[in-house]
Amino acid sequence: MNYEAVIGLEVHVQIKTRSKMFTRVAAGYGRPENTLTDPVVLALPGALPVMNRAAVDAIIKAGLMLGCAVAPVCKWDRKNYFYPDSPKNYQISQYDQPICVGGAVEIELPGSARNIMGEHKSIPLTRIHLEEDVGKLNHGDGGSLIDYNRAGTPLMEIVSDPALRSAEEAYAYLQSLRTSIIYAGISDCDMEKGQLRCDANVSIRPVGNKRLGTKVELKNLNSIAFVRDGIAHEIARQLAVMKASGVIVQETRDYDGLTGTSQSLRSKEMAHDYRYFPDPDLMPVKVDEAWKTRLAAELPERPFDKQRRFMAAGAEGGYALPYTLASVLVPDRELSDWFEAAAKLAGPSLAQAVGNWIVNDLQRELAAAGIALSEAKITPAALADLVKLIAAGTLLQNTAKEVFAVMFASGEAPTAIVTQLGLAATPTDTAELEIWCRESIAANGKAVAEFKSGKESALNGLKGPVMKAAKGKANPKAVDETLRRLLAAS
Amino acid sequence: MSDTPLHFKTVAELSSLLANGSLTSVALTEAVITRTLAVEDRVQAFNSHDRESALNQAKASDARRAAGRSLGPLDGIPIGLKDVIAVRDQPLTASSKILANFVSPYDATVTTRLRDAGMVFWGRLNMDEFAMGSSTENSATRITANPHDLTRIPGGSSGGSAAALAAGQLPATLGSDTGGSIRQPAALCGVVGLKPTYGRISRYGLIAYASSLDQIGPFGRTVEDVAMLLQAIAGADDRDSTSFDAPVPDYRAALSAPRERPWRIGIPKEYFGAGLDPEVATAVQNAIAHYRSLGAEIREISLPHTEYALAAYYIIATAEASSNLARFDGVRYGHRSREAETLLDIYFKSRAEGFGSEVKLRIILGTYVLSSGYYDAYYGRAQKVRTLIRQDFTRAFGEVDVILTPTAPTPAFKRGEKSADPLAMYLADIYTIGVNLAGLPAISMPCGFTTAGLPIGLQLIGRPFAEADLLAAAHAYDHANDWSKHTPNL
Repeated sequence: MNYEAVIGLEVHVQIKTRSKMFTRVAAGYGRPENTLTDPVVLALPGALPVMNRAAVDAIIKAGLMLGCAVAPVCKWDRKNYFYPDSPKNYQISQYDQPICVGGAVEIELPGSARNIMGEHKSIPLTRIHLEEDVGKLNHGDGGSLIDYNRAGTPLMEIVSDPALRSAEEAYAYLQSLRTSIIYAGISDCDMEKGQLRCDANVSIRPVGNKRLGTKVELKNLNSIAFVRDGIAHEIARQLAVMKASGVIVQETRDYDGLTGTSQSLRSKEMAHDYRYFPDPDLMPVKVDEAWKTRLAAELPERPFDKQRRFMAAGAEGGYALPYTLASVLVPDRELSDWFEAAAKLAGPSLAQAVGNWIVNDLQRELAAAGIALSEAKITPAALADLVKLIAAGTLLQNTAKEVFAVMFASGEAPTAIVTQLGLAATPTDTAELEIWCRESIAANGKAVAEFKSGKESALNGLKGPVMKAAKGKANPKAVDETLRRLLAAS
Repeated sequence: MSDTPLHFKTVAELSSLLANGSLTSVALTEAVITRTLAVEDRVQAFNSHDRESALNQAKASDARRAAGRSLGPLDGIPIGLKDVIAVRDQPLTASSKILANFVSPYDATVTTRLRDAGMVFWGRLNMDEFAMGSSTENSATRITANPHDLTRIPGGSSGGSAAALAAGQLPATLGSDTGGSIRQPAALCGVVGLKPTYGRISRYGLIAYASSLDQIGPFGRTVEDVAMLLQAIAGADDRDSTSFDAPVPDYRAALSAPRERPWRIGIPKEYFGAGLDPEVATAVQNAIAHYRSLGAEIREISLPHTEYALAAYYIIATAEASSNLARFDGVRYGHRSREAETLLDIYFKSRAEGFGSEVKLRIILGTYVLSSGYYDAYYGRAQKVRTLIRQDFTRAFGEVDVILTPTAPTPAFKRGEKSADPLAMYLADIYTIGVNLAGLPAISMPCGFTTAGLPIGLQLIGRPFAEADLLAAAHAYDHANDWSKHTPNL
């Protein structure tokens, strides 16, 4: 019998706000223990929550970005359970009326080769709701310590339909979701800092079956690669259980990415009754059209829309980029914005050249310098100028690399650098160039014959000696023209 | 007025004496402290007090006044707060063992506002544990006596606040009212107590019992005193999203403002049925006659869903309490069992040792009504009943300005009389609970004494946020009678 996997992901994303979800104390990471606290965070007797509108703004933006229906009212519920990381012993969350319903995440599967775009799919979402994060337990020999700095940080939970069919799809889903959220400025989604966390529900069923199999929840998948590996491992585990005519138990399992193994945390019998009820401390808040319209105006272009546009030729805003460039530029909003700024100045015919410089040279220099794009001295306008100098034949590709290195280091304009270093291609002295060209034709009979018999690339064999004679400073365009003219006449 | 000892004077009288320089805050505070200590072994209204702090506050007040910087009519007047309202650096116990050693690091919003008005904080006043009870016998700290008959209870849950005022230990106090906890003890102790509209006063810093019903309110010897105190604490607060941004009028001025037409007073027939003590009924009828003599129009009205109020209340209040009291877990503050070895031990043993039996009973009841499968049958239906009760009042206020009822069905009962029968105890709040479910303002004021010398209370219920009207209607009766002059003989 053939089985298929059915996977749904629950993704928690910390929203980047200045203050916490229900109080004015600052939200943040890496601060001394229990310094980001106040009576509300610590659940002191008498403390009350007050909603942070910036967090609601952020989740509505996420919903609009992912095509969700945004509820007309933002309502709060209490999820009751006892655990020391939850100071109130209930979590303020949204139960029966999540603020965002439906929507979808567009994903791109790996192509058959690195330079070939894979299949795109739309993974439907169930809901997105807002809640508060819990504190952190640090277990030691002498007992456990609690740090409440994280407690009360705004957290959105994005629940997908059980519509993913493989570990690769789950991986692609997370990548895409992460890109969209970073694009909208909602979170930095740094998994190491716990800003994005993922649980996976995995089941298998015979292909063609409509009914879902018994699901297993995987926890502690703390990198995108671990999500993929953990799911792949779980699918294999379930298939092995089936093959051995065993029974899959509904349970929560902990996947250890370092050892590639999982173990059972708890079974269904220990499931909580959370006793949800509307939080009487928080009034429901109306989400009107004006609020949504204001946020919609702040939304960035969706990443895959941008990818399609970058790759489109001739279309409005299109740059006819190959997939290899688009797939590097688009996932990074800042980088793609930088590209667009430079490409617009360089003109559409040079957009691909601009893209190449960014993807190859700029990225390499940034990595070597260990700095972010925002810290770089080089400007999009400078790169556009550089590309134009090359296109005009003023600068050769090889010397341009040298100029680029100086531009990156100093932030100076390329023309200034070219002049300073005397790197400009020699303005065409026709007489001298013609002599070098004649010498090359005379000395390379074989290449001449090949070119004349239709082999275009043979011309390169004639250009080399000319360039050598010119000490690399000849204008390649002029060399090309002169050689062709002389060959045609001979 | 001049015959009255300082400790039985009204806030209005003391305010004048302080303003004209014939009294200092230090002298007044000394008198209040002396009186407190003189009768406290019999009344037992205080959980704690801090003589040095009170006198320092009084000195500061006198210094302000001497410098011409008085903070207003309440500057320098002592006030006592129910031990459920946070005062920075003072104990906050809710009369529970679980908070026996807790000192609040922050001020409730009402505390801040009273500070801003220059009031002198004297003492933390006894109550039923976590405001659950109608006799103050559920306190884990002491049993407060009714100053009019030391063998009887003062009512509850704000029993300490009512008793201390009646005994002359304080000229003003604050309590909290979830189902009658201000009005019922006010009635039983022969003082005035106001439960403002839900949302009129910030709950920030009030230990929550039932968040959708709790409201802080003042006790005073007269309606005028209560108006002055309300003035200081009323108004929206950005730390409590259930506080409402309605204008705060001049309540004291409103007491004697001329009326364009006579009061229309509704008498709900459901509040005069079986279980009403005949002496209470007679006193209330006399008060109705008094209003008629003042030109008021008396109308019989019906609040048909009254009989369901008690049941709905005990579902909603206990459900909210079960969640609100979850934070008392022995983890961050408060009592932690010495026997606890594991995490579950900390929860189970700390709470078993820390909470009294009535609190446990209500937590268990509240947990049950919220459990999966029972929610709709209990909590969901109780909310529907609540809506019906609110509609009853809305309909009634279409034809009357205020509603007049007895505050409690009987005068103060004997200590221990109802302790074994929770249901009999719950009936003590039968006339006050509907008001909390509907979120309305209501006041209790003395309207006579039984032949045994026990105070009888009269309740007036007003429209939402119409405290000015309500107080004016109450004042019309209160200032024409001298019931507040009948001080207990201690």
